[in-house]
Amino acid sequence: MLQKPAMLRTIRIAAALAVTLAVLIQPALALEVPPLRSRVNDYAGMLSQGVVRQLELLLEDFEQRESTQIAVLTVPSLEGDGLEDFSIRVAEQWKVGHKGLDNGAILLISRADRKVRIEVGYGLEGRLTDLKAGRIISGIIVPEFKAGRFDQGVVDGVQAMVDVVRGEFKAEDKKASRGLGSEDLAHGIPLLFLFAFIVFSFGRVSRPLGTGAGGFFMPFLAHTVFSPRLGILIALAGIGLVVGFILSVFAGLTRGSGPVHHSRRSVGGFGDPGGFSTGWGGFSGGDGFSDGGGFSGGGGGFGGGGASGSW
Amino acid sequence: MTTYVLRKEAEVNMKKVSLVLTILLSAVVVLSGCGYNTMQRQEEKVFKAWGDVEATLQRRADLIPNLVETVKGYASHERGTLEAVINARSKATSVKLSADDLSDAAALQRLQQSQGELSSALSRLLVVVEQYPDLKANQNFRDLQNQLEGTENRINVARQRYNEAAAEFNSSIRSFPNSLTNSLLLHLKRKEYIKADDAAKAAPKVKF
Repeated sequence: MLQKPAMLRTIRIAAALAVTLAVLIQPALALEVPPLRSRVNDYAGMLSQGVVRQLELLLEDFEQRESTQIAVLTVPSLEGDGLEDFSIRVAEQWKVGHKGLDNGAILLISRADRKVRIEVGYGLEGRLTDLKAGRIISGIIVPEFKAGRFDQGVVDGVQAMVDVVRGEFKAEDKKASRGLGSEDLAHGIPLLFLFAFIVFSFGRVSRPLGTGAGGFFMPFLAHTVFSPRLGILIALAGIGLVVGFILSVFAGLTRGSGPVHHSRRSVGGFGDPGGFSTGWGGFSGGDGFSDGGGFSGGGGGFGGGGASGSW
Repeated sequence: MTTYVLRKEAEVNMKKVSLVLTILLSAVVVLSGCGYNTMQRQEEKVFKAWGDVEATLQRRADLIPNLVETVKGYASHERGTLEAVINARSKATSVKLSADDLSDAAALQRLQQSQGELSSALSRLLVVVEQYPDLKANQNFRDLQNQLEGTENRINVARQRYNEAAAEFNSSIRSFPNSLTNSLLLHLKRKEYIKADDAAKAAPKVKF
């Protein structure tokens, strides 16, 4: 029990190190993906304020109706990076579209390179095919851009993308995609029994032991099923402690009708709030459902579908 | 007195049974903690990533007959170049890998070789096409070019993701305690990477 906070800290440090390493390993040459600030990210300053707002409203409304997420990104330059390479990295990082539906698309524009790309998520590939994306670029966006009308080109291009994918998804689809897959749950149910059994067995021996077992096995089993994030694991450890305690109390009641010589242990075993209280920070990452004012991707997957062009 | 002894015995038996069960079930849990499940999941991920590579390669192969037909209409006397593409395609589609072959460097090399040849035949065709402005202006051809370009990009993405999945799997089966579990129980083999060879680098550059 005493080791718990120390162990958790070790895990945290290890996780932090892993993140740092991953950042360092990334090739230094590659252009960094700018953060997703809202639906329209005009880093190159190509669009007027009014158009940005107009597009924001259009895309927000579209997402509310059909759950499909479309984002726009303009960058000043690719700095020597490949358009497609950069684009897929943006898509992988932003995760526009909802998890399981993969209904996201990104319109990417690099001003200095005079290049445009539409990156299409798996779920939209059926409608917004490479062909359609290519036609939107070469037939709608490029002619406007050539004439220097960036506002018009982006507005028309985004409108065309919206029109093409309209009707592919409904707002209700989003709710269905939320949370764990049924497969994960089916996996989890026997483990839940296993968990109860183990904790119960430990709880029969002593209450603190059962409580500790709950705190350990809850996140442990969760890890084997769906590898949640560290914050969630720590929170689960807290829940596990509570459940472990309760089960131990019940287990204690069944400990045989023999003489009541087992000492009434205090609730001291339930202590260790350290691991519990540090856990909640991990939740703030959220799953990125844009309910509030900000906008974030919902975990959509991309496979390199889409089209590129230049003006 | 006897009932007391019997009850005592039953209680001891109960304890034994639950002890054995606890040990057994703990063993199951510990096993999954030793990477037993993790390694299998990671191998599945490699297989899935490989499936995506194959699907994108097939997608490219499916586009080719249409492309060849379209080019033929405008540039029928480029027979040699067209035939090279058709031959390379049929050769490339005949090389199929099973899941086991992913650990076989030679098998993967064969596949890369044939796909690389198809890539270079295609790029030669697209160079030739540059001399036919009518063809280049043809909407059908432009659409095909578009799809071909998209498919090449998908192949790249799928290839990269396969390599990432393979790298994750390979390092997983080599690190402790997974290495122990693997050598004792699973015997999963290292997966080969898809190297970006020169032929693949010469993949068709499609211009608008």
